Amino acid sequence: MTQSTQNKVDSKQDLINYLVRLGDDSIVLGHRVSEWVSNGPFLEEDIALGNVALDYIGRARLFYGHAATLSEDGKTEDDFAFLRDEREFENYLINELPRGDFAYTIVRQLLVDLYNKHHLQALKSSTDETLVAIAEKASKETSYHCRRSTSWALRLGDGTQESKRRMQLAVDDIWGYSHELFEVDALEQRLIDAGIAVDCEQLKQQWLADVEEVFEEAGLTIPEATWAVRGGRKGYHTEHLGHLLTQMQFVHRSFPGATW
Amino acid sequence: MTTEKLELFEVFVRPKRGLDHKHVGSLHAEDKEQALEYARDVYTRRTEGISIWVVKSGDICASQEDDRESFFDPSDDKPYRHATYYPLPKEISNM
Repeated sequence: MTQSTQNKVDSKQDLINYLVRLGDDSIVLGHRVSEWVSNGPFLEEDIALGNVALDYIGRARLFYGHAATLSEDGKTEDDFAFLRDEREFENYLINELPRGDFAYTIVRQLLVDLYNKHHLQALKSSTDETLVAIAEKASKETSYHCRRSTSWALRLGDGTQESKRRMQLAVDDIWGYSHELFEVDALEQRLIDAGIAVDCEQLKQQWLADVEEVFEEAGLTIPEATWAVRGGRKGYHTEHLGHLLTQMQFVHRSFPGATW
Repeated sequence: MTTEKLELFEVFVRPKRGLDHKHVGSLHAEDKEQALEYARDVYTRRTEGISIWVVKSGDICASQEDDRESFFDPSDDKPYRHATYYPLPKEISNM
């Protein structure tokens, strides 16, 4: 194999890994949000949360599907979603945290939705055409998600004493998981250099400005504590992901090849 | 959380450009902005519409069952309000 074909193969494998990561972020969060279905605070919100979950799961299918097409080894989106184990998932940890109470869910959604807003915007400039198409489609959903999570954050942050207490508690709990969203590893750096991946480090200031704006109006404060948990992109997870995967993958593994 | 403190809204969806908004149902929400978002989630998930109206149910002034006779009976004996009451001239064959 010549040096240049070897490089080509490597960069294709890089892209596949990158797509799977993005798919992991979406499917894990989509599954978490789906846990609200039939547990929502009232019917209308229950359905709204179900819609958001479906948006994320749909997005995961697009990323996994693109990875499956590129991998040319017969793998399908289902293989990525249902037949990999915990250490093979490379989602950011913030997406796998339990759904918590409603305030917890809203704070996580707010932070992730605002992140996605900038991430998808940047992804639209990728040199990979399929990624651009996915970003176009997903950013419409994300505009709606941002509207929802922002208005809920204002409602609850600026609501009763109890709702404010729970919101701030959630912020204090989740904040330390937000830092790895803006860290780039070697794989992503290679793809950034090739014009394919998003340089997450560049998103931090815009994201922070958005969060501060909502927090100020909602009466929430960014924690002073500087602890940070990281490891999702390396496959090091919290104790929560394994439990999530057992539920999410159970049917597929118990009935291989089953169809509706 | 319950829906006790939420307000009831009626939802109208316009299925296509050129058609009228149609009443599709009702829902609970805190205020009109939230009602519009929920209307989108509850009633247009399968791309049923291109425009949504929401209105507080309490703001609708509706005719009552008791008013039925005074409201609607008088039109029964006025057949000349229907186009079919009038005989068509022979020259017009296709109507």
